[in-house]
Order: sequence, then structure tokens, then C-alpha cells
Amino acid sequence: MRAAAQAALADLGRWRWPEVAFWVAAWGSWLLLPEQHLLLNEVAILGLFALSLDLVLGFAGIISLGHAAFFGCGAYVAGILARLGWGDPVLGLLAAGLVAMGLGFVTSFLVLRGSDLTRLMVTLSVSLVLFEVANRMAWLTGGADGLQGMVVGPVLGWFAFDIFGSVAYAYSLVVLFGLFLVARRVMHSPFGLSVRAVKGNALRTAAIGIPVNGRLVAIYTMAAGYAGVAGGLLAQTTQFVSLDVIAFHRSADVMLTLVLGGVGYLYGGLIGALVFKWAQSWLSDLTPEYWQFWIGLVFVALVVIGRERVFGWPAAVLRRIAR
Amino acid sequence: MLTILFDGIAYGMILFVLAVGLSVTLGLMNVVNLAHGAFAMAGGYVGVVLVNRLGVPYLAALPLAAVAAALIGVVLERTLYVHVYGKSHLDQVLFTIGLVFMASSAVSWALGSQQVFIELPGFLRQRFEVFGVSMGAYRLLVIGVCGALAVGLQVLLSRTRFGSRLRAAVDDPVVARGLGIEVGRIFLLTFALGSGLAGLGGALGAEILGLDPNFPLKFMVYFLIVVTVGGASSIFGPFLAALLLGVADVAGKYYLPAAGAFVIYSVMLVVLILRPQGLFAPRSGR
Repeated sequence: MRAAAQAALADLGRWRWPEVAFWVAAWGSWLLLPEQHLLLNEVAILGLFALSLDLVLGFAGIISLGHAAFFGCGAYVAGILARLGWGDPVLGLLAAGLVAMGLGFVTSFLVLRGSDLTRLMVTLSVSLVLFEVANRMAWLTGGADGLQGMVVGPVLGWFAFDIFGSVAYAYSLVVLFGLFLVARRVMHSPFGLSVRAVKGNALRTAAIGIPVNGRLVAIYTMAAGYAGVAGGLLAQTTQFVSLDVIAFHRSADVMLTLVLGGVGYLYGGLIGALVFKWAQSWLSDLTPEYWQFWIGLVFVALVVIGRERVFGWPAAVLRRIAR
Repeated sequence: MLTILFDGIAYGMILFVLAVGLSVTLGLMNVVNLAHGAFAMAGGYVGVVLVNRLGVPYLAALPLAAVAAALIGVVLERTLYVHVYGKSHLDQVLFTIGLVFMASSAVSWALGSQQVFIELPGFLRQRFEVFGVSMGAYRLLVIGVCGALAVGLQVLLSRTRFGSRLRAAVDDPVVARGLGIEVGRIFLLTFALGSGLAGLGGALGAEILGLDPNFPLKFMVYFLIVVTVGGASSIFGPFLAALLLGVADVAGKYYLPAAGAFVIYSVMLVVLILRPQGLFAPRSGR
């Protein structure tokens, strides 16, 4: 019985060739598309952020409209550290992740109770409160002018950031890959399966002896850390932090990103980030002011036609090939 | 002091008219409609075009703005919203955020992205001194109209056949349908009424709130506060919540400018945690 369960888990966690191909392509893009490194760096960061939301939304089923709170928290921690003279990127990133995790742990207790709507409102108001805090504490965060004067040292004391974004993209990609591996391992563990069970039916999950609240707190905290690291990456690679990192539209964008790629199979955020950033740069070239209109249209159409029908395909293809 | 209270009440009244439609769609019908502010914006811009460009009298433009917003509501409800009633909350969030993006871009494309105001006629720019309180005629009009609407809505919901049908349709659509109530039609009418009120509020409140293409996102939070704090069990709850919010916001901006919107968001968070059904809802909840 136990051996069978372990075998099933191991089978679930086995690497399949589409996944390998995905990461080979990701690493290959660093070699083959040197002039796209700045954009790809943004893709990697958005991908990590969307992966973080996927842990909360896709696996635990918590709808969050304020995920930018953790992203912004991480960005400000990394930014402020760099401005105060602790410019080592790796340590700064670690600090960003840990502080965001702390924030996630504290606020996770607020989303334990209540319906979708209450959670939506609670996450939204947490991010709004933090936005106001960042806005008002201008002596620390620069307020509406943004945080200026960041000095970010070379990665590992060796690779200095260049203007073409080559080091930045490599750095973000390494971080993304590392954290992805962790998330993949966690989600294919018994713990990950129990989190999915909570999403399926919290009451029954509790009835078979899984501590529902503990699971939610843990996954929310972990996701907050991921978002914090993503924010830290953005701060370090652009050497600038503005209120924009914590604004509502960032929470909305990341949700759209995740949904574009598909919810609940880890790659959704990454594929969505690629599609979203590509569509954004293509549309804003086409109509610089009104690209939001077309993004909006895509989402209205997506929901009316049915998300599963339109964008279930990457997951479905992946499953079909992998079997 | 009293002038601030007066301005706050006028502000709160506007918020109530804007948000009351949302308290039905979100609170009763359980549809997460983040695009509610887009209807208010539509009404506001209809008012701007009618008054500033076509020279329609202000008081005549207000009902026209409400009708226009209600019509937009009807069209969108029939073509789009019916498809999302039964969908998950995530789908509803995505759909309505998409609508907001489209509405904002469309308005800034058609009418520019700068903030606009509706030109008030001369008789609304007067000020009165009553017991030492300075009152603008415009704000008196706002309070009068909105107060009348609040009473009218309460009567409509609690005393009329339409009101009882709506409550039945919301409580249990299946049984209501079995009793011969046309649930889809009731929802359509309610949606149109809510959008129309939002449109009226948008036109009426343009002077207080300011109107620009970011209106739906900027005030979305305020509408959500009114609905969540007020609860959805009556008209009275959102009304009181809107008044409190209006007075608190105006007073906060006046006395504690450094705190900004911080106080309001924090209060909402506390209310959400302690009373997720709203401040004025019966404790048992539905």
C-alpha cells in the first residue's frame, strides 16, 4: 500500500520530455536571443511572480487580488538594502524573500476564513494598505518619486550587471529555475497533494485528518516568499523601485498572466508571462496608448467562450504527450 | 466643522447611489462585478457630452445619463453578463477587469485622458448660510436627490411585488423559477436599475469625484467598501456605510492629510476580519 503510494508519487514527479524541452529552450534563449535579454528578463520575473500566484490560486484555490503586496514588499526590501550600501544581490534577494515570507505568514491568517469574496477583499485591502504605507513613508521608500540611488553590486562578487541585461537575465533565470525546482518538488510531495485536496473540498480534507488551516498558511507563506524574490529581482535588475511595484494593476496583471498560461500546473505562469509580455510589447507598438483595450477584450472573450476551452490546451497537450 | 460634515454627507450620498447597484449584484446575486464603476463612468461622460458639448440643461442631462447607463447595462447583461452568472469567482474577476480595461481605454480614446467636469448652471453655484453653516446649492441638490432615491429604493425592495420577487429570485432561483417568477428578467431589470443609478451617480457626482478614464479602478475600492461594510441584507446598511465612509474620507483629508486613505483601508480590513457579513448584517448571516 505504502509502496504503491510512493511509486505513484514518484511517477507524478517524473520529468517528462516537454518539461525538459521547455527548460532547454529557456536556457537556449539566453544564448540565441542576446538582443532580447531585457525583455526576457522581465518575462522571467513576471513568470516567477505568476508561479507564486499559481501556488496560491491554482493549488490552494485562494483568489488573491492583492498579490502585488508581496512583490512590492520584496522589491522595496531589496531596493532599500541596496541604497543603504548592502548591495550584494544574492543576500538582498534572500532578505527580500524572507521579509515577504514574514508578511505572507502574518497576513495568511486573514485569508483562512470567509468566502471567495471576503478573501478577494482582504487581499485587496492588504495590498492597498501597504501601497499607502509605501506612499506615506517617503523618507524610506521615496514615495511617489520612487526609490533612487540604488547601488547593486556584481552577482556573487563577479558578474556586474550590464546595460544589455545579459547578466540580469541569466541571474533571473537561475533564480527562477531554482525556485521552480523547489516548487515542483513541493507540489509533487504528499504536502502538495494535500494542498490540492484543500482546494478540492476543505471540509472533506479536514475530515480525513489534514490540518486545512496549517496547509493554507504554509502555502501562502511560501508563495509570498516567491513573490518577494520576484520583486527583489525586478528591483535589482532595473536598479529602481517605484510605487508601481505594489499598485493594483500589478495584482491584476499577474492574475491575467497566470490565467493566460493556465492555472494549476506550474508552467502556466511561465508560459503566460511569455505570452503576456510578448502581447504587451506587440500591442503597445501597435497602439501605444490603448493596448489595454485589447488585453481587456482578450479576457472578456476568454471568459465568455470558456477558459477551459481556450487555454486549457497547454496543460492538455502536456498531459497527453506525457502519458 | 459642520461644513465638513455637510460635505462629507453629500459625498457619502453620492457613494451610496453609485454603489447601491453593486450591493445587489455582488451582495445578493453573488456576482463579483468589479466593472460597476464603468457604468458610473459611462453616465458621467454622457453627462459631460450632453451638458458641455450639446448644451443640454444640467437637470435634464441627469436622467438622460441614468437612462444611457441603464441601456448599456441592459445590453451588456444580455450579451455578456448572462454567461458569467454561473461561472467561478475567478472567471468573474477576470471578465470584469477585462471590461474595466476596455471601458477605460475606449473613453480615453474617444474623449481624452484628462480629468473633466460638468459645467454647473448658475443657480447651483449659489451658497447659503444656514445656522452659520455654509452650504452649496449643488451639494443640497445631491443630498436631496440621493436621499429621495434611498427612500424610494427601500420602498421598492420591501413593499412592492418587484422587490419581493427579486428577494425570492436571489434567495433560491430554482424555487422562484418553479413559482413562475422569471428570474432572468428580474436579474436583467435589477442590473439595469443598478447601472442606471450608477450612471446617475456618475453624472451627479462628477463635480465632487472628478471624472477621468481611471474612474472605475479609482473608485472600485470605495464601492467595495460600501458593499462589504454595509452588508447586503438591506438598503439601510450600505446607506449608512456610504455616509460613514463619505464623512470619514472628507474629514480625514481635512484633519489628517498625512494619513491619506490609510485609515479607511485599515478600517475596512478590520471590519472584514471581524464581521465578514458586514457591519449591519444580522449576526447569523445567510
